Amino acid sequence: MSTLFIQQVLNGLLDGVYYLLIALGLSLIFSLGGIVNLAHGAFYAVGAYLTIVLGPHIGFGGALIVSPLLVALLGIAFERGLFQRFYRADPILSLLLTFGLAMVAEQVLRMIFGAPPLSYVIPAELKGQIFIGDFIYSKYRALLLVVAAACVLGLWFLLQKTAFGRVVRAGVQNPDMVGALGISLNPYMMTVAGIGIGLAGLAGVLLAPIYSIHPAMGQEIITPAFVVVVIGGLGSFWGVVVAALLVGVVKGITIGLGYTQWSTAVIYLMMLLVLLFRPRGLFGERIQRFE
Amino acid sequence: MSDFKMTPSEFKQPRLSRRQALAGIGAATAGVIASPSILLAQTADVIRFGHLTPRTGFLGPLGEYGVMAVDLAVEEINAAGGIMGRKLEAVKEDSVNPQTASTKAERMVERDKVACLIGEISSASCLTIAQVAARTKTLFVNTGGNSDALRGESCNRYMFHVESQNSMYVKTCGRSLMAQGLVKGKKWFSLTADYAFGHDLLRVAKRFMEGNGGQFAADKLIPTDATDFSAVLLEIRAAKPDLVISNLAGNQITNFLKQYSEFGLTFPIAGFGFDTALAWAAGKGNFGGTWPVVWHHLLDTPGTKAFVAAFTKKYGKPPENQAWGDYIAFKIMAQAMNEIKSTDTAKIMEHWEKGAKFDVLKTRPGYFRASDHQMIHEMYTIDALPADKIKNQWDIFSSSSAVPGPNEDLEVIATTKEEATCKMS
Repeated sequence: MSTLFIQQVLNGLLDGVYYLLIALGLSLIFSLGGIVNLAHGAFYAVGAYLTIVLGPHIGFGGALIVSPLLVALLGIAFERGLFQRFYRADPILSLLLTFGLAMVAEQVLRMIFGAPPLSYVIPAELKGQIFIGDFIYSKYRALLLVVAAACVLGLWFLLQKTAFGRVVRAGVQNPDMVGALGISLNPYMMTVAGIGIGLAGLAGVLLAPIYSIHPAMGQEIITPAFVVVVIGGLGSFWGVVVAALLVGVVKGITIGLGYTQWSTAVIYLMMLLVLLFRPRGLFGERIQRFE
Repeated sequence: MSDFKMTPSEFKQPRLSRRQALAGIGAATAGVIASPSILLAQTADVIRFGHLTPRTGFLGPLGEYGVMAVDLAVEEINAAGGIMGRKLEAVKEDSVNPQTASTKAERMVERDKVACLIGEISSASCLTIAQVAARTKTLFVNTGGNSDALRGESCNRYMFHVESQNSMYVKTCGRSLMAQGLVKGKKWFSLTADYAFGHDLLRVAKRFMEGNGGQFAADKLIPTDATDFSAVLLEIRAAKPDLVISNLAGNQITNFLKQYSEFGLTFPIAGFGFDTALAWAAGKGNFGGTWPVVWHHLLDTPGTKAFVAAFTKKYGKPPENQAWGDYIAFKIMAQAMNEIKSTDTAKIMEHWEKGAKFDVLKTRPGYFRASDHQMIHEMYTIDALPADKIKNQWDIFSSSSAVPGPNEDLEVIATTKEEATCKMS
């Protein structure tokens, strides 16, 4: 195996991390509330646009903290105002709601910021490369990786090791039983939506300096993120993590073998295979109410 | 589209029954009552131009500039007395995709009685609109579709092109590359958008490169929805090319430029398809390389200065090259109608085919070439300015002088007789 091929596999691992921040939120909100949030990408876009607005005043570092918090608050407002009415309803209704919301959000961004893409440049101190042997990596992406890994670990800790996480996990499996035990899921749902949507906002901030910022950018990221969730399996935290890395690696291998034109198609091919042979996803748990 | 399809039984039964006839009259009456625009369309004091361009999707940002320019052009034309004393009105629609574009074009011609169709960016939509134009004998002026095929095997008597063809872009930028010694004996790493436009551009680029002694280090097709180029950047770094060539499209170019700068690769970079909005979106410090454009806002001509001033006054930012395309198309259509005192399609075509000249805001006037209806005019290459010379977010590039030069035939950058395959029917 050539070193370039190994580089591609490694780069693929890292590539997958970008989908992860979006996919984790999607998976959380779906498993607990039963809502397929098609507007998730819109919150990612809002995060990116907030970086443009806030960046000149509080710097990239400030935007990195403030924008996701603002997006999370926005998410909580939508959860309280809209999503919570649809937890027990036919999934098709929430699908329609969030689909509409995504379109409205895109148009609002277009009306405020205009249709042409806007620019945002990486802060000078984060530009440049890191060399590990022959492997080259951008300094900025290394930072991105650290932030994303911290988020994943933090979320894992929250869900697995705290009282909060126990209730959420129980709520995913059997909301009625949780209710019967006298625990209201409402505040939990609100927090989970806030965290999930905040993560999308964070992804928006992190990717603003390297991806094109335009009103429809949410649509670009939502489809691959969904594919990751489907491959990983609903309700499984590590399933989503593994799927994101797997998608990245398979993409890397495809490009490493010289089939760049297949690099997008191969993701959907993977989803197709998973749906055919293991419809629950690689690590999907059996969730009573979705069977 | 389904509205226009006939069921098999209608084909078999050409004779109308009385019931069908009555139902038809009823429907027609209801139609007239329901759509007052039919009545409006017949008023004599207004002339309508149909404008179609993508306003959503990955070409939407460029389309938006086109729409802004159309509004400005219509205002200016009406302020100058309209067309033969009649008021000009633009009927504007989002063309969305080739199928929708054709349906909407048909509706503009049949219902709104537009005098002509203008617009587009997608070459695929140009093709379907051109088919409607030919069927209904309506003029269509393409303002943004680059594909050579539209001026070649798919050319059409009723379609004229203000936008330059891919060959003109390639030969313009190619001259700059030759001058920098980046062609003969050099290895190119080429990235191509994996759809019709990219393939057409790659074909022309390859012809140019091979004709001038260059070769590919690699030639990669990139899916149109790819946003991350890190893997491709690793490939480029390993291949050590003399030049990185982009045949990418739209947001792909912005993404690529941002990440190329992020990874700090230093191979020279150039491209064969470009719009200034993409340079602005990449931003100061990220934008790099040599790129061809059909027009840009820094040209030092009286026409361009006036257009840029009017546009900036109205919208608070300078126009993009797509704005130029739609603005010019409206202006020359109005000019032609005023000059020949008619809106008759055949007469305008004859006028243009005879080589009528127009001010296209450049040094030399432009004209349509009769053989393939391509507008023959000057083009430019732009080079990214170093960061310390940039004063604001718009003026981030320097321009070559006009290509071809003042003493050359304007047609030298267009397809040659051997390359062109257009047979007007």
